[in-house]
Amino acid sequence: MTGALLSLQNVWVEYGDKVVLEKMNLDVAEGAFLSIVGPSGAGKSSFLRVIVGQEQPTRGKILLDGQPLAPECGPDRGVVFQRYSVFPHLSALQNTVFGIECAEAPLMARLFGSAKRKATEEGAAMLAAVGLADSMHLYPAQMSGGMQQRLAIAQALIKRPRILLLDEPFGALDPGIRADMHGLITQLWRDYGLTIIMVTHDIKEAFTLGTRVLALDKRRHDPHAPHRYGATAVYDLPLRSRPLSESAPAAAAES
Amino acid sequence: MRLVNWQIGKRDRMLLGGAPILLILIGYLVIASQRHAANPSDKILPLPSGMASAMGALLSTPDPLTGQLVFWADTLASLQRLGLGLGIATLLALVLGLVLGALPMVRATISPLVTGIAVIPPIALLPILFIALGLGETSKVALIVIGIAPVMIRDIAAHVGALPREQIIKAQTLGANSWQIITRVALPQAMPRLLQAMRLALGPAWVFLISAEAVASDIGLGYRIFLVRRYLSMDVIIPYVAWIALLAILLDVTLAAVSRRAYPWAHGSEH
Repeated sequence: MTGALLSLQNVWVEYGDKVVLEKMNLDVAEGAFLSIVGPSGAGKSSFLRVIVGQEQPTRGKILLDGQPLAPECGPDRGVVFQRYSVFPHLSALQNTVFGIECAEAPLMARLFGSAKRKATEEGAAMLAAVGLADSMHLYPAQMSGGMQQRLAIAQALIKRPRILLLDEPFGALDPGIRADMHGLITQLWRDYGLTIIMVTHDIKEAFTLGTRVLALDKRRHDPHAPHRYGATAVYDLPLRSRPLSESAPAAAAES
Repeated sequence: MRLVNWQIGKRDRMLLGGAPILLILIGYLVIASQRHAANPSDKILPLPSGMASAMGALLSTPDPLTGQLVFWADTLASLQRLGLGLGIATLLALVLGLVLGALPMVRATISPLVTGIAVIPPIALLPILFIALGLGETSKVALIVIGIAPVMIRDIAAHVGALPREQIIKAQTLGANSWQIITRVALPQAMPRLLQAMRLALGPAWVFLISAEAVASDIGLGYRIFLVRRYLSMDVIIPYVAWIALLAILLDVTLAAVSRRAYPWAHGSEH
């Protein structure tokens, strides 16, 4: 199909004779916020790993902007994991400018002089956008879980990825912080015109944030060989074409 | 109150920690003075005065053959060997550990070799080193390197290999290439571990140094101890052993301080 930003065509993921995903066909439009839900073991994480480029599909094609996906991770797909997605040895600001340094200084991965000033300004602006303006020089170990996830988002967004992939990004946060983060991600999504794919355990979160919810599960089940059938999209619910208003996600999450 | 919950304050800890050391010292002095009362020329348990006069000669009287102050020349020679051996092993551990941990291709190629070398008792290689490299400094430094490098390499490689997969993926999505991942993500996180590995390797390094010096040398702390053993000179051996212990503690404390200073993020959240 044309016009889709990301397109999966008959994608299968198998580990040996264990089928994890089967016959996945999916088109994600630019600007969409796709939530992915499903029971444990239904291949949500495999699905995300395949799109990140960490794993290759056994069969099928994945197209990004009409081009086949390179068989490894790249700066066109940003990612935020539940944990471990910031570098513990770098301060918040250093974490954020890491992406700029990698692109502009292939050998040293460090910038000097005016290039460094420019990168620092850009990083500081990005940190301010996620609400970490006061914490630029803290190390991740000095931050709360919510702050670390804000940092991980800022770090990913500085590369202006075509797609932002979130792997249960708020799963380890307590409810109040989670509501704040919902407001933040909705606002960033609108401000930066992002396309987001989010895997989550929390069905309410999926419906609150997403413009479209995809449920992964096994269509068939063989009790004698449960691994022989993989999961696929069993429900594909378009919810809305525009994001909720700014206060709505927080209000919905609190209710 | 249960014994496991009985916390010790800072002052009490100093007192308790000092007590066994003090007891041993007092016990030694009591037995030594008893032996000296029975036999004033006893050599087995020298009194502090005896040690002081023996060491005084080594500390301040130049050796008639070489013109050097023996104690300081021994210390310098031993520390030089130890430093060279530890330095080379650390460099090897850093470079090989990083590429082994980060690059599957290198791991597949070199890992069996490193494991193979690590299981050979290094002292068994000492004759080979003496034959191949001669009796000079090279073979002594080489023994230290061969003795401690494989363990350090494997430790750093395991640490780099155990970095969360998420971090490596994240770095790639931020546009980092293999070189940038190794130098900006793996290297800084390996450094505190490397200092830790150096601290742990110091013990074996001293063992290999003293062994090499005992077998073939003409200067060094280990050489001196084994030389004066022939004359039952406990008045030299005991101060030398104490000096070696002091040097080892100083090196260990220094490395720990460097790690806390240079890599505060690796030492808990209160920086």
